[in-house]
Amino acid sequence: MTDNIITNILVCGIGGQGVMTAAEILAQTAIARGLDVKKSEVAGMAQRGGVVTSHVRFGRKVFSPVITPGTADILVAFEVAEAARWADQLRPGGVAMVNTIRLVPPIVSTGLFSYPDDPVAQMRAAGVTVYDFDAGAIARELGDLKLVNTVMLGAISDYLPFPAAELEEQVVARFRARKPTLVEVNKRAFAAGREAARERAEGARPLAANS
Amino acid sequence: MSAAAQAKPNSRLLLSGNDAIARGVWEAGCQVAAAYPGTPSTEILEALSAYPDLYSEWSVNEKVSMEVAIGASMSGARAFCAMKHVGMNVASDAFMTQTLCGVVGGLVIAVADDVGLSSSQNEQDSRFWGRFGHVPILEPADSQEAYEMAQYAFELSEAENTPVIIRLTTRVCHVKALVTVGERRTRPIGGFHLDARRWVMTPANAKGMLPKQMEREARLRETAEGSAWNLLDDGRDRRIGFVTSGPAYQHVRESFPDAPVLKLGFTHPLPVEKVRAFKDSVDRLVVVEETEPLMENELRAAGMLDVHGKDILPRLGELLPSVLIPAIFRLRGEEPPPASTYPKIDPFPRPPTMCAACPHMGVYYCLNRLRRKVQISGDIGCYTLGAGTPWNALDTTISMGASMGIALGMDKARSEETKDKAVISVIGDSTFLHMGMQGMLDIVYNRGNVTTLLLDNRSTGMTGGQHHAGTGKDLHGNEAPRVDFARLVEALGVKPERIKVVDPYKLPVMFKAIKDEIAVPEPSVIITNQPCVLSEFYSKLKPYTVIDDACTGCGNCINVGCPAITVKRTAKEVRKTGVEAELKFVQIDTAMCTGCHMCVDSCGPKAIVTQDRTIAECAAVSGGCGGH
Ligand SMILES: Cc1ncc(C[n+]2csc(CCOP(=O)(O)OP(=O)(O)O)c2C)c(N)n1
Ligand code: SF4
Repeated sequence: MTDNIITNILVCGIGGQGVMTAAEILAQTAIARGLDVKKSEVAGMAQRGGVVTSHVRFGRKVFSPVITPGTADILVAFEVAEAARWADQLRPGGVAMVNTIRLVPPIVSTGLFSYPDDPVAQMRAAGVTVYDFDAGAIARELGDLKLVNTVMLGAISDYLPFPAAELEEQVVARFRARKPTLVEVNKRAFAAGREAARERAEGARPLAANS
Repeated sequence: MSAAAQAKPNSRLLLSGNDAIARGVWEAGCQVAAAYPGTPSTEILEALSAYPDLYSEWSVNEKVSMEVAIGASMSGARAFCAMKHVGMNVASDAFMTQTLCGVVGGLVIAVADDVGLSSSQNEQDSRFWGRFGHVPILEPADSQEAYEMAQYAFELSEAENTPVIIRLTTRVCHVKALVTVGERRTRPIGGFHLDARRWVMTPANAKGMLPKQMEREARLRETAEGSAWNLLDDGRDRRIGFVTSGPAYQHVRESFPDAPVLKLGFTHPLPVEKVRAFKDSVDRLVVVEETEPLMENELRAAGMLDVHGKDILPRLGELLPSVLIPAIFRLRGEEPPPASTYPKIDPFPRPPTMCAACPHMGVYYCLNRLRRKVQISGDIGCYTLGAGTPWNALDTTISMGASMGIALGMDKARSEETKDKAVISVIGDSTFLHMGMQGMLDIVYNRGNVTTLLLDNRSTGMTGGQHHAGTGKDLHGNEAPRVDFARLVEALGVKPERIKVVDPYKLPVMFKAIKDEIAVPEPSVIITNQPCVLSEFYSKLKPYTVIDDACTGCGNCINVGCPAITVKRTAKEVRKTGVEAELKFVQIDTAMCTGCHMCVDSCGPKAIVTQDRTIAECAAVSGGCGGH
């Protein structure tokens, strides 16, 4: 099984943010490619504001549905503190794609714990490659906060072992069937996410080269 | 609604283990299916409800679901029930005698273990039931196997005249993988045939069945030895051979791609001779099973004393590659490969919270105010979160329905210190109907002094909002008879004047009701009447907002515990006594607020108002809103 290269994507966020949907779309894209896929969900008590993660693994033949710590190729984080929480799951050279929204839970707002000032800086200090941007702002600009999901998928589309267009097609196909009016705006959200990630990556490159 | 239910034969779909089991059960021609919800098994019946030509129901508890399936099997139908691991404890009384009688139509029981304890009160290994009840255990390792085993289970059940248990774990139930589906095979229902020696388990009749059960087990052992579900997945690195079952197989394969693996799917009775032959072909044998050392101990008992298992692997939780790899390297006397990870960043924890406007919060806010005067016997549901901050108003949780009996026991065992405390039990509506009624009856019958808070939110909230006998709807969302809780508890013997139905959003009313009832030394019941926020019965009102200038920062509303209320800024204030106090000025997230009104009465200075009223109120309080 020498050429059985597995791609590991860890999607994380908070209950209700669309983590499961994003993971499902990634899995469907891999299936459309003829790959074997496993998608594991750890929802706990998701609807009540808890941590949600989904492991998506695909390749010629996938055994364990769980990403072994230190082997994730991509971390897709829908919330910035959650990105920090799961950053150690990345493999060396993996990429954390991070939506910079800060969702403060009651445990913090009541003063029992504090929210880190700059989780992205913490991740960078730990050596993680982070591309962070405000996906919410992009979504709002396009007129619908729900587009965050598509923006995030667009953002990682250049880091997958298949062309971005295939992922875009899976996103759009969902709307084509049910809400055709939303096809165009999702395409734009996807492109905007992709562009945002490119900008962040370009900004990071000279830094990496200099250091 | 579900893609799996509409899928054409031979299509290949990404299905969770739960969806796959449902498809397999339907294709097998199952005619009756019943369950009570419980993570991680809940979605099996939800999925089955979408299929045609099959009766499916939410039963009031697992025992009843088992009985419904037994009755259907006796009547010649293929029957199925599903539950989480602890559900089998509830159902076991019916199960343990059914295993003597056997089946007519195939009888298949899916039991889902929460290995790793993501949302349960304990971790149990349901494979014990196979040993206890002398029935076969099948353990799928992924969705495709779950789908196929569901069908095989019915055939085995009929061929061997035995109920069959499919043992699932979270990593099968909640993992999606590709499944190729087939077609439904229909079969007629044979009907019930009188046969007292078989169906009436008097001692004499049961004695007659016992030898048959033992003969059956011996036959099953042979079937297991030759079963295609127990197969050798060979490898060239013969230093260690693995015997494994369920999703642990996937982790073994992932971790040691070159190792020989004997993958067991038909795990009880254990195919001991097959394992012995395998053992002889490798240097060392390691048993990788979640969670108890069942196979391992049976192999030892069969003379294979040098097998490894729980001597090197943990007894609790999942046997993931991150657990297996270091353990096996150490067994081989090698240094485990370094875990090449980045340093761990541990931000604040993010435990589950109650939803904004959850009616349970009103109850706990009041209980917290009475904290010193009460002892609170709790139960299982979203309301178990009342044990946490800011309420800290739930003292025990054991098993579903247990709050009632435990409260009575506490009442009957008072110490000098607790003799003046009121004993309160808190129980949800679904839990009350599941197992709480009997405890309530015991409190009445034995003249207990317990005040019961029956939190009727018209939903089985914790497991995702399923209907139950008190919601007025069935599994399919169709109208159904609805229990009247006030009349029910009255029928159990609670005096009518001791039964109150209270709106938990009205904090002063709620508080008074609890205070009044705990003062009366006899059984009393307070029933709340606001629906779960996520249920179809909930209607949102206009959101509230905080008038900045009116908020004094007292923080009292924060004690309601609603996640829509957050601290905007803090300040220090030195009181007259010289004590420094922290002021917390709050805001309300209007997107989350449902306008439930609960927090309004917790605010002394009346700073919480509806958005409509803000402008007028604002003008009155702060002399004009111009600058806001
Ligand atoms: C024997 C058993 N069956 C099922 C479960 C899963 N479970 C946990 S709480 C719960 C019911 C919660 O409903 P309810 O009592 O109405 O409270 P709510 O969550 O709505 O507040 C269920 C089914 C369990 N823990 N134990
Ligand atoms: S799901 Fe319903 S019962 Fe559970 S916390 Fe939310 S509102 Fe409350």
